[in-house]
Amino acid sequence: MDNLLDRALGLDGRGDRWPLLGKVVLVEDCVETGGAFVVHHIIKRFLSPQPAAASNHSLILVAFSQPLSHYDRVLRKLGCNLVAQRDHDRFLFFDMLNLRFPDRDDVKTGSSVLVSLFEKIYNAVRALSAEKNCITIVIDDIALMEVVANGSSDSVLDFLHYCRTLTSEFDCSVVALNHGDIYSTTEKPMLMLNLEYLSNILVRAEPLATGSAVDVHGQLMVFNKGEHDGQGTPGSKVHNFHFRVKENSVDFFYPGGRG
Amino acid sequence: LRDGALEGEHAPALTIKDSIPLGFDVFAHVLAQLSSHILAGKSQSRGLVLVAFTRSPSFYVDLLKRGLEVNSIQILDCYSDPHGWKDRIKDVKDMDKLCSLAIELGKGLLGEGKGRFSFALDSVNEMLRYASVHSVARVLSDLRSHDLASCVFWLLHSDLLEDKVAAVFDYMSSMVASLESENLSLTEQNFRRAKFSIRFKRRNGRVRLMSEEVSIERSGITFMGGSLLPKVQFNLQLSEKEQMDRAKVVLPFEHQGNGEPIEIYDGRRSLAD
Repeated sequence: MDNLLDRALGLDGRGDRWPLLGKVVLVEDCVETGGAFVVHHIIKRFLSPQPAAASNHSLILVAFSQPLSHYDRVLRKLGCNLVAQRDHDRFLFFDMLNLRFPDRDDVKTGSSVLVSLFEKIYNAVRALSAEKNCITIVIDDIALMEVVANGSSDSVLDFLHYCRTLTSEFDCSVVALNHGDIYSTTEKPMLMLNLEYLSNILVRAEPLATGSAVDVHGQLMVFNKGEHDGQGTPGSKVHNFHFRVKENSVDFFYPGGRG
Repeated sequence: LRDGALEGEHAPALTIKDSIPLGFDVFAHVLAQLSSHILAGKSQSRGLVLVAFTRSPSFYVDLLKRGLEVNSIQILDCYSDPHGWKDRIKDVKDMDKLCSLAIELGKGLLGEGKGRFSFALDSVNEMLRYASVHSVARVLSDLRSHDLASCVFWLLHSDLLEDKVAAVFDYMSSMVASLESENLSLTEQNFRRAKFSIRFKRRNGRVRLMSEEVSIERSGITFMGGSLLPKVQFNLQLSEKEQMDRAKVVLPFEHQGNGEPIEIYDGRRSLAD
């Protein structure tokens, strides 16, 4: 069943092809309004596609912030079994949480961590693509990736640029989570702005202007940039709606209309 | 850009500047227009070298597929592997090497024949991530002043740069095209419509400013207002009422009028007679 988020992301079509192929989706959130549920929703839609004939979907999850058990628990509640998917080689988990951080402040070492991470992802994508798989790479999250890179936002941008080249080389999708408010004190938040230019779809989770409420947890702004394909359909579209995170699902609705 | 450079002068250089993500659409539009002029033989330039940092070469091939010929456009791929993280050994940090590679590609386009070629760079921001302002400025200046350069144009996102850095590239351009949205809120309107302004620096030092509304759809860009209007204090176009009034005027010619016999007043008698 489609909801407002599916419609905004273009996931409400009836075609076999995963609509986010070749696209970079950036999810921005803040402390008051977490956006991880958007990433979980996309993972769930990707791994349990309709029709069931599309069984060649493979997900690569690069996790800097949570262990596998966390994602497994969350996705189970949404009706998706990550461990079973992993056993069928449809799910690859890159555990960056247990990475040994270098003792000294060394930008070069930090960037080499990302270079070798990309190499692993590149090899995995090449192998999966050879078997005609449709691939999505999920990065959770960019802020912690910057920590791993010893604060080198250049290395992070390089890494994401290379992930983006995968979208054109192998037609895969990239979904990344970033925390917008950690850059709020900088005058020109370069990393965040660069990421916004790099992405095809920007999803921003923000608190309501009126403050917190019991039945509305926040608002989502989805900016879907069009690309030139000469098909004559309208280009960029902006969607705004509210959401409420429940135990096993998320409700999306227009302001004023509950449910 | 189509007319190109005069002998003994630097090639015209255009900066396409934005602070909202619509600049790339304008860059793509200019690229498509110039390449169709090149193919039709309507421009001074006989070929175009595109230095691609933010989109893959295959993206540009798809974009220009309506008229792309191998011997008129060459793409220098700085997108796929800028640091050599994949198999290829490449380093885009060496700006001098980049510049000479681009010029070599251009000469290759001309082959044995004479003529000039154009350069397009997407985008200056990416170049600045890899090299200093000084090196990037030197590349653009070298390309502009090359004997065989017909014109040069590049894309610049001003919100990713300090004002003084953006100013450096403004100074280097003979034309600066800026895209601004009407207001800063994130609405659908802002990502389709914008104000497009061009500042021309003429040889005699005078600056000419033009602006018009632009609408960006998936199929391409539409410039509202028909033609680029210079910014003046008075109206250069007729208002709707004025247009209607003008259409209602019946001219004293035999073949015009509304079917009734035309009365032409010649001043000797009143019309009532």
